[in-house]
This record gives sequence, C-alpha cells and structure tokens, in this order.
Amino acid sequence: MSSRIDVSIEHRNVPEPPGKQHPNTCPECLSHYRDDELEAALWVCPHCGHHFTMRARARIASLTDEGTFVEEAADLRSEDPLDFFDLRPYTERLAEAEMKTGLGEAMVIGQGVIDGNPCELAVMDFAFMGGSMGSVVGEKFSRACDGAAQRGVPLVSVTASGGARMQEGILSLMQLPKTVCAVEDLHDSGQPLISVMTHPTTAGVLASFASLGDVIVAEPGALLAFTGPRVVQQTTREKLPDDFGLAEQNLRFGHIDAIVPRPELRSYVARLLRLFSSNGD
Amino acid sequence: MATDHELRLRERLARLRSLNLLGGTRVSGELEKLQRQLERLQAAPTDEEIWRSVELARHQDRPYTLDYVNRLFDDWVELHGDRGRADDHAVVIGLGRFEGRTVALVGNQKGRDIKERTERNFGMAYPEGYRKAMRLMELADRHRFPLFSLIDIPGAYPGVAAEQHGQGGMIARSQALLARLGVPIIACVIGEGGSGGAIATALADRVLMQENAIYTVISPEGCAAILWRDAGEAKKAAAAFKPDAVHCLELGVIDGIVPEPEGGAQTNHDEAARLLGDGLREALEELESATPDDLKRRRRAKFRSLGVYA
Repeated sequence: MSSRIDVSIEHRNVPEPPGKQHPNTCPECLSHYRDDELEAALWVCPHCGHHFTMRARARIASLTDEGTFVEEAADLRSEDPLDFFDLRPYTERLAEAEMKTGLGEAMVIGQGVIDGNPCELAVMDFAFMGGSMGSVVGEKFSRACDGAAQRGVPLVSVTASGGARMQEGILSLMQLPKTVCAVEDLHDSGQPLISVMTHPTTAGVLASFASLGDVIVAEPGALLAFTGPRVVQQTTREKLPDDFGLAEQNLRFGHIDAIVPRPELRSYVARLLRLFSSNGD
Repeated sequence: MATDHELRLRERLARLRSLNLLGGTRVSGELEKLQRQLERLQAAPTDEEIWRSVELARHQDRPYTLDYVNRLFDDWVELHGDRGRADDHAVVIGLGRFEGRTVALVGNQKGRDIKERTERNFGMAYPEGYRKAMRLMELADRHRFPLFSLIDIPGAYPGVAAEQHGQGGMIARSQALLARLGVPIIACVIGEGGSGGAIATALADRVLMQENAIYTVISPEGCAAILWRDAGEAKKAAAAFKPDAVHCLELGVIDGIVPEPEGGAQTNHDEAARLLGDGLREALEELESATPDDLKRRRRAKFRSLGVYA
C-alpha cells in the first residue's frame, strides 16, 4: 500500500461517479441519513420523499400487525440444475446472497394480519440477487396462492425484482407460467390478489403474477417496465420521456390503479382487504 | 428386444424421475415413445452443437409460421387486428382446416426481405400483437376449436410505445387467458423461443420444440452482456444456459421434440412441414378426448410442477 502514490488531491473537485453513493444517501436530493433515521422514516427520504428500496422483513413489519406474521416455506433453497457458471458459479452467488441478506431466497411468504384483516403475504427482497425469480421464488409464490385459497383469505404480494434469474436458464422463464397458473387457481377459489409494485418491478415478474393483481398499486417513482430504459435506449435509439416506465407514467396509461406513498400503504391495503371480505366489515 | 438397451433407458428414466424433473403426464407415455425421446437424451449436445442450434434457429431461410400454414392447412383464413387499436404484423392469427377439422392458429411471423422484415418488425410483437392473439384464443374457446401456437420470436419488442401500451401486463394476461381455456392447446417452438415474448403464447397442454429450435430466458447476447459484460461472449452464454431442445426436454420444459430434415428445416420446407404436422396431429389425438375442466386442471398442474429446488 505504501508504494501507492496519493493522487486524491488532483481529484478533489471531481464528483463521485454516479452509482457510487452511500446507500443511505438520497439519490434525488443527496441528503444523507443514519440507519435509525431511515428506519424511523420507513426508508422514505424525509426531505424530498424519495423511496429507498425496502428489505422484505422491514416491509412485512411495516404492513402487518405486530407479532402476527408466521413465515412459511422458509427452508426452500435453490438448486443449480444447469451447473451454471458465468464469471463465478451460481452456487457461490447463492451462498453469498444468503450471507448478505440473511434470507434463503428473494421472496418471503407467510400468514399475517393487516390492520385486523387476515391475509397471506408474498414479499420480495431486491437485495437477494436483484430480486430475481428462479424456481424457489416461483414455488414460494405458488404456495402462497394455495395457502390463501385454503384459508380463504386474500393474497397481498409486494414485488421488487429485476426479472427472471438467468442462472436457472429456461426453468426461470417457466416460473412465469407457473405463477400465472397459481394466480388463476387462487382466483378460482374466490380470493383476490392485491399486487403492490415497488421499485423496481420489471421483466419476468411484471410479465407474470405482479400484473395479475385484482388491484395493482405502486410506490411513487418505482420503475415498472418490461424492458428497462437503458436497453430500450440502446436497442431503439428512441428519445425516452423523462418518466419512462415509472409508476407515474404507468398510472397515466392505465396500467395501475393508484400510486400510494409508503407511509399510507398499510391503511390503503387494509381498506382494500375490508372491501374484498365477504361481509364488508 | 434388446434388453440391455431397454435397461439403459429405464435407468435414465429412473434418474430423471428421482430428480423430480418430469411432470406426471410425460412419465405415463408408452415405452416406445419414451424410447424415441430418450435416445436423443443419451447424446447430450456439445457446446458446438448448442451454438449450431442457435444459428439454425435464426437461419434466414428457416420456414416461418406462414410457410407451415400454407402446407399444413386447407381453407386457411387469416384474421386481422386486435379490435382495439392496431393490427400487429409480427403476429399472425387465423382459422384453417387441419386433418378435416377447424383449428385456430396463432404464430409469430418474421420477414424474409428487408421490406417484409420491417413490416413484421423482425418478428417482435407489440402489446397489440398479444391482444390480437388473445382475441383469437377467446374465439377458439367460444367455438371449441383446438388452438395451435407456433413460436418464433427473438423477444417482445423493447420500445417506448410498447412499454406505454403495457407490454409486461399484456404478456401476463395472455398467459392467464391460456390458463383458462377449455380447448386443447398445442404449442411448438419453430425457431427462436425468446423469453417473455414467447411464453405469452406458450402456456399449452403440449409444448413441442423443433430439433434445432431454441427456447431461452434471455438472448445469448443479452445474457453475455449482463453476466460477462460482453455481448461477444454469446457462445459461452448459450453453452451455460443450454437453450437447445434436448436440454429443454430433459428439464421437463417441453413434452417432445419434432424432428427436422437432415441439415435443418431450411433445407426442405415441405419435409419440415410434414414432420411438424405429424407432431401436431399426434399431440392433438392425445388431448381430444379430455374434458375442458380436465384440460385446464392438467395444464395448470403441469406448469405449476416446473422448477428445481431443495
């Protein structure tokens, strides 16, 4: 290390490259927060209202009545059917994601109660390999549908995903029809799917269960696109509108029902659950 | 009867079963049919052979949907428009007579020369294309026509208007509609089965794949660009995610492989069509006696069983 020449003085006024910001720095207004400040504000910037991504456990805690959540299928783990190896083996990426997030996969499912309304929850975590959907996410969502149908309660899904998990190849694509069929079975049982789309909900997850919600709500500023802006720009050379693919554009074009800021989400979902319950109380 | 051979096949099958990869419907097939399919499995394709499939699947002389339609159907009537706002030329829909009965068909369509390619948007559908397909699915269900779906799409179109018109949601709803149909659905990947754009019309009772077709979650170039940070590594990506028919069969993703003429479907369109026709007829015969409820239930159960986990 001592052999390194310190050149930092030459770069004093050069701004940090974008994307290198501290995770607690707001990308919109550059306000910086301590962990406990962000936690108390539900990871919404108190200054400008930017919604940081929220971890699955924190999301469940923010939505459900205290002590009501009972996790299901927590022991499901991915296999590596293709012996997939890109720059690193898939199994290594999985192990690292589990260490980093403390989660077995990119989705947590279980029973819970939201403001007195029993329901089933399926909540994604973007921190686990970009919230990508492989066999385990598909199976967990599928079981959440069955759990909701069996107990006769609605299913609330909260999505945050870059799409299908490439490392599982064609099997990850098959999780699209799998989750779609699970939603159809849920609907046949008479129960609704409330879909909450958070940043980002893209590609395979948008093109499957997330878009099949009886009611679809999104968080402000969330990217909800089948193809993200970078790829669209590169492929088509089209000039992209400022709000390309964002929740606001999706609302304007009729693809979602409402944009609900995070602090109001719990009461909003609770109102929907009451309306869907048969006696309406 | 070569018992040795049979033993090997049975062993292979047992291994597949223990991996929990095969859906119930497939295992119950007759031994002869199984044998045919398993013979293909025994010779797992090399990386070079996988890449050859990628090239053949994209070959410019490979037969497209309309090439097959003209050879397989009598009285083909093409239908147009999504009854909403557009007629997407990347998707062909229509009715025709196949083996003496009326069948509804949806297919992706690429173009051969520059003019037609542009008109067909290189086979990449807009949401309007899927709505056009959904209109035909509803028609088929209403009149109890079996539905054929021929898949040959690089991917759903990634454009500004496509996003604004709801590409993701439309692909989801197209699948959901297929999961509700009470008529037999037979899909065959006849070239590129490109990701969400393909699965939108591939939630079928029987999913077939031509010998040199590919079925992918992302294009080899796209996968290479993301995981290797270099689109030039497409060959490596293809070898890693194994999009060829044999591997898809082994993973339980498809129900059967439709053979192609020696050298690939592009060498002899008539023969390729005859072989595809055989595959479609065989699949249709298996499904014809099932009730609408059974079809729906089994179709959903099949897709819900897909995946590998511990």
